[in-house]
Amino acid sequence: MIPAPFDYKRASSAEEAIALVGEYGDEAKFLAGGHSLLPLMKLRLAQPAVLVDIARITDLSYIRDAGDHIAIGALTRHMDVEKSPIVLQHAPLLANAASHVGDPQVRHRGTIGGSIAHADSASDLPATTLALGATYVVQGPNGVREIPANEFYVGFLESALAPDEMLTEIRVPKMNGATWGFQKFNRRAQDWAIVGVAAWKRGTESGVALVNMGSVPVLATSVAQAIASGASISEAAELAAAEAEPQSDLNASAEYRVHLAKVLVRRALESTNA
Amino acid sequence: MKVTITVNGQTHESDIEPRTLLVQYVRDTLGLTGTNIGCDTSSCGACSLHVNGESVKSCTMLAAQADGCEVTTIEGLAKDGVMHPMQTAFMENHGLQCGYCTPGMVMASISLLKENPNPTEEEVRIGLEGNLCRCTGYHNIVKSVLAAAQAK
Repeated sequence: MIPAPFDYKRASSAEEAIALVGEYGDEAKFLAGGHSLLPLMKLRLAQPAVLVDIARITDLSYIRDAGDHIAIGALTRHMDVEKSPIVLQHAPLLANAASHVGDPQVRHRGTIGGSIAHADSASDLPATTLALGATYVVQGPNGVREIPANEFYVGFLESALAPDEMLTEIRVPKMNGATWGFQKFNRRAQDWAIVGVAAWKRGTESGVALVNMGSVPVLATSVAQAIASGASISEAAELAAAEAEPQSDLNASAEYRVHLAKVLVRRALESTNA
Repeated sequence: MKVTITVNGQTHESDIEPRTLLVQYVRDTLGLTGTNIGCDTSSCGACSLHVNGESVKSCTMLAAQADGCEVTTIEGLAKDGVMHPMQTAFMENHGLQCGYCTPGMVMASISLLKENPNPTEEEVRIGLEGNLCRCTGYHNIVKSVLAAAQAK
């Protein structure tokens, strides 16, 4: 399968990329690692007239300790997130989730920013960064703005990004010794999650988000509220799907997904990883 | 568009359509048909090759994205008629049945050992999760990779 024809432009800076996309409007798409976009283009589910390749903007590939949070450049590849000593130390849940994306070949190409900007509720990193209370930094023709993860995902494959805005950085609060669990339930190696859970807990504080439990990644706020008011993990996990509107598909019925969410939230919160 | 890609040590300047996939480029433009196309949806790993020394699925990468890069395909492994240790290990351990997944398996395995020179059996199995063998010959494939790690 070969994508429909398109024009290919390569940008060497964020400013140049934003200007190029601005020139072509809705017809243009940013291309990072291409592991979300190219499969859609091969299936003709996406047919952009112009691809603006941003993968060579090397100054957007970094991982920094920024005091109370870690800052990750949008073009950092999954493999680099997974193995980063900074991420392993301060946001081990994110490192672990990154290691579950696709397979090694995919992780050599795919980027954290590409995965988040694609806004697929079935992807691991949108939900994981949502659970961690991340902030996304985006740059557009009129400057830079910050979007909290819980305001970013607005619909199926739809984010708060304007067409000419580019995700440039992901800011992840340090986990400061919280216990965490990442649960990915699938039936074959390297598959998407049928349901996934990213969760952390520190005393009565917690964050829980769900993968593939609706058209957007879901922040399970009822679970966190229950933990905060003293509920046991088992009791809180019963509320796992309170905010979710899961779909039925070939892999699982909506009812089965709700069941999975409860079990996986319990397992993730009971996990003693730290 | 013009691209300059070094494949198996030889630099090629080519005029290609932007939509040319890397796997098409090596197979059709350069005639290096050792890299197979399997699922064509980045699931099966048959098209795995190396870009700048790392395994990638060449059905999910544009040749344009490899502009200026070093690509190695299965044809580039043997030196002066001597097989790469991973190829030898696959041969000696019968790490193939029909052979269709083999080029991708070998390329993914070399990349795996580069990142983890002494993997456990489980790490080999997880490290090769992106490569499917429809003969289900995984046992000897894993054995081959472990043997190659030992041989180094």
